[in-house]
Amino acid sequence: MTEQSLERDRTAFAGAAGANPAEVGASTDAALVHETGLEVEVRSQWTYARRRFMRHRLAVVSLVILIIIFTAGFTAPWIAPYSFEGYDINNLEVGPTLSGGHVFGTDLLGRDYFSRVLFGIRTSIHVAFIVTILAVAIGTAIGMVAGYYSRWADNLLMRFTDLILTLPALAVLLTAAAFLGHGSQYRVAVIVSLLLWTLLARIVRGQFLSLREKEYIDAAKAAGSGDLRIMFRHMLPNCMGPIVVFATLTLGGAILLESYLSYLGFGVQPPTPALGKLIADGQDVSSHDWWLVTFPGLTIVLIVLCINFVGDGLRDALDPTQRVRA
Amino acid sequence: MLTYILRRLLYSLVVLIAASFLVFTMVSAAGDPMSELRLNPLISEETLQRQAEEKHLNDPIPVRYVYWVKEAVTDKFGTPLFVNEPIWDDLKRVIPHTLALVLAAELISLLIGVSIGIYSAIKQYSVFDYAATTFSFLGFAMPVFWLALMLQIAVTNLFLAWHVRIFYTSGLSSPDPGTGLHWLLDRAQHLAIPVLVLCVLNMAVYSRFMRASLLEVVNTDYVRTARAKGLTEQRVTMRHAVRNALIPVVTLAALNFGALIGGAIITEQIFQLDGMGNYFIQNLFSQDVYPIMAWLMITAIAIIIFNLIADILYGVLDPRVRYD
Repeated sequence: MTEQSLERDRTAFAGAAGANPAEVGASTDAALVHETGLEVEVRSQWTYARRRFMRHRLAVVSLVILIIIFTAGFTAPWIAPYSFEGYDINNLEVGPTLSGGHVFGTDLLGRDYFSRVLFGIRTSIHVAFIVTILAVAIGTAIGMVAGYYSRWADNLLMRFTDLILTLPALAVLLTAAAFLGHGSQYRVAVIVSLLLWTLLARIVRGQFLSLREKEYIDAAKAAGSGDLRIMFRHMLPNCMGPIVVFATLTLGGAILLESYLSYLGFGVQPPTPALGKLIADGQDVSSHDWWLVTFPGLTIVLIVLCINFVGDGLRDALDPTQRVRA
Repeated sequence: MLTYILRRLLYSLVVLIAASFLVFTMVSAAGDPMSELRLNPLISEETLQRQAEEKHLNDPIPVRYVYWVKEAVTDKFGTPLFVNEPIWDDLKRVIPHTLALVLAAELISLLIGVSIGIYSAIKQYSVFDYAATTFSFLGFAMPVFWLALMLQIAVTNLFLAWHVRIFYTSGLSSPDPGTGLHWLLDRAQHLAIPVLVLCVLNMAVYSRFMRASLLEVVNTDYVRTARAKGLTEQRVTMRHAVRNALIPVVTLAALNFGALIGGAIITEQIFQLDGMGNYFIQNLFSQDVYPIMAWLMITAIAIIIFNLIADILYGVLDPRVRYD
């Protein structure tokens, strides 16, 4: 079944039932199959999305790499060969070797950089996940209100995002981090997320503005649904595609921003290792101990690259109308 | 056209005032600007009191805002806490340095990025296109500071190995830069690597955007008409497609200016350039709110001006934009 005909069917069902097309599509299909006795596999929108995603090979490979890296990060305390503070006095400033046990080398104090990078990943993704959850929650909520109630809430949101664009994001972030106090992972995460929600708010607002005009919303209203029910049951599920894509890309952006903050010394404070901080530590001796800068940096590049590929695959899978002919 | 420009100008002014209020409340609400000074045992309670009086720190925030605006306008942002050198003297020194860095990066990356984007779109799915895509995905994923450090390491090690000095990786100029052309060459040798770092990031943005924009235009009816008229392929692309695809790039370039200044904060820090970014970080560490607010206002003004120029250019480039 092609996308267009599927969409037509969904609206037809929705028009008849006057309810949310996303769920009706699936359940009515199932009912039909049952009545006619035709053995057709039930396919929901998510099944189609998963199939489209699986066709994007680079995204699938990236997802596998990400899962490996994230698991390694989360389980760092158990799987890291050394502790992040442990000194190996016999191996000061050792270059990266496969045989000696220090895969990423050691620093001036003999600390194993592979272990430190693992713990750094742990900190970075910890912060990035909190940032993403917060930014998505704030952005969705504000976008919903602006798109559904429109008028003044909408105006306020648009003017506010205009205003935020007049200041360099990094400068605002650094100022906030310097004056509001940095240090705890949660504080850093809250500060970063306060800057990242605006784009999603604009996206959700746009979706809501167009969804509001759909017939099934009128039907839901006529059936006596309240505003909240319409927003959460009927409109929000239809914006899940863009929201999931945005959440993925925010995760990557948050990892980058966190690395900037910790590199400049305004992020999570030592002794907790963060990827940006590891690079800053290696910087002073970088001309001869190149590995101290290279490996944490490559880790960031690999993580963000994979996240962006996964985001690309998700966009193709969940948001086929938004697809750029690429 | 004139009313359009005037109206944009007026709107910019409103945005500027709102931005100044945002900057002031954000920094002021964050905490006591003198908390660092209070920890200093060498500063007496009386001096602190006098300073607080002088800067009106005991008043409510809206009142302080009015005083601050007055000082900013009449006295060019006044002085920092406890240092009697005007903020403007420092800013006057660092702004041209950053402007040279940022403008050079913006121009070069626009030129190269747009060219890459056009060629990628024309030769869609070619080896070049895939290479450009890979490059820009890497550009998006790379932290600016890491790229800067890697280049610094590479250039330093090249020098250590072969003793050839083509580029410098620290400072704005040599101790004895000479005059005229020599001075210019010396400055270029110092700025080349920082500009390159900023360019890599920007080129990724511009080339992707230009490629998408051109691919969209290529499928429009008027391009098909131009082809049907029998125009050469080159004329169709350059005259009809590219010109229209360029229009949204103008807006992007203006919006991107803020990101470029953010990048300058990092590169100046790493390459020890005496520019605005370096000045900003220094004052963040000393926690002095007045230079920070002045800095944020200057960048806000710069970004607003760039957006204004973009809006006007948009009108010039796209005759369909109505001015009323």
